[in-house]
Amino acid sequence: MKGFKIIKNGILNENPIFRMVLGMCPTLAVTTSAENGLGMGLATTFCLVGSNMIISLLRRIIPDKVRIPAYITVIAGFVTIIELILKAFFPALDESLGLFIPLIVVNCIIMARAESFANRNPVWDSILDGIGMGIGFTVSLVLIGSVREILGAGSIFGKSFLTGEMKPILIFLLPPGGFMILGFLMALINKITNRTTPIRHCGSCPMNCVGRSCEKESVA
Amino acid sequence: MKEILIIIFATIFVENFVLSKFLGVCSFLGVSKDLSNSVGMSGAVIFVMTVASAVTWLVYTYILAPLDMMFLQTITFILVIAALVQLVEIVMKKTLPRLYKALGIYLPLITTTCAVLAVSILNIQRDYTFIKSIVFGFSAGVSYMVAILIFAGVRERLELCDVPECFKGFPISLVAAAFVSLAFMGFSGLFAG
Repeated sequence: MKGFKIIKNGILNENPIFRMVLGMCPTLAVTTSAENGLGMGLATTFCLVGSNMIISLLRRIIPDKVRIPAYITVIAGFVTIIELILKAFFPALDESLGLFIPLIVVNCIIMARAESFANRNPVWDSILDGIGMGIGFTVSLVLIGSVREILGAGSIFGKSFLTGEMKPILIFLLPPGGFMILGFLMALINKITNRTTPIRHCGSCPMNCVGRSCEKESVA
Repeated sequence: MKEILIIIFATIFVENFVLSKFLGVCSFLGVSKDLSNSVGMSGAVIFVMTVASAVTWLVYTYILAPLDMMFLQTITFILVIAALVQLVEIVMKKTLPRLYKALGIYLPLITTTCAVLAVSILNIQRDYTFIKSIVFGFSAGVSYMVAILIFAGVRERLELCDVPECFKGFPISLVAAAFVSLAFMGFSGLFAG
């Protein structure tokens, strides 16, 4: 029952994109189609589950002072694995995600989960947390990707539904469309759930706010 | 010389790092709340990006490539950048205390700004020479600064607006960023390549 709760937490209450507003860069960049969103989501989920598991196993061994570099090394290891897997078996996906595959290393979601969950919870819970967060991220990416693809390319998962004279609204595939669709979807979800998403001072990046008390320093 | 000028202008306007490549969006949205923070952060970004491009280019060309360990690129670059940021912080604290006071608090944030790692990887992907890498790193930093300064101005106006409840905070900022990004699309097609 507790495991189910952890997974649900990642998908709904603490959805990494719509609630925590983490990992904006890949979210905006790769969601030009639902398929790319799905690929990116699954790649990130793999890294998230792997790094959560290893960091949770090592949580009593890693000294507190060097924990951030240690996390980065673990995460970068998993990113390299997924990079090579994609290059070998999914070259088309690798091509379209491009630069954003190695950039999973600096995805705030993974670092945030390592710092706030995996380093203080047992292995099994951390794995479940990784799965929940990963599903939350993937579902959000597919949602954004689908909306952009339907409006911008007139297709659903690559299948075109345009007939005759209909033309897609190309701007939604271009960078401005990414910002706009994410903004409107976030507002829609806020409307339904009756909440707001304030901007925290340091963005949502977990690195500086945890342990270094940057928030206090920069206010002063 | 012409190539270098093209790199500078193309990076700052046509392929603006934040507004058309979506690199460094997290800190772009987080820090752009007021102008002075934006100046500090972008100063730190320009500095780290320039140094990081130089160091990672050297590490790749003289260590990774001869040893045929290119697959370690990601892991090496992020560690080099993390160590570099720490080093810069320590050196700056000792030798340039005034600069440290202005930029210091933003330095730790930069390790996880994806734009820095992206610059290092792009330098290698595009086969830039050492000089071009440094120029690219510097102009990528400047492109971040241009975007964040313009957006800080927009955000200050936004504070005064009466926004629907569900749009408050992030959503309206994203929509505003969409329009700034739209404005930058006017530059596309300025250079071929």
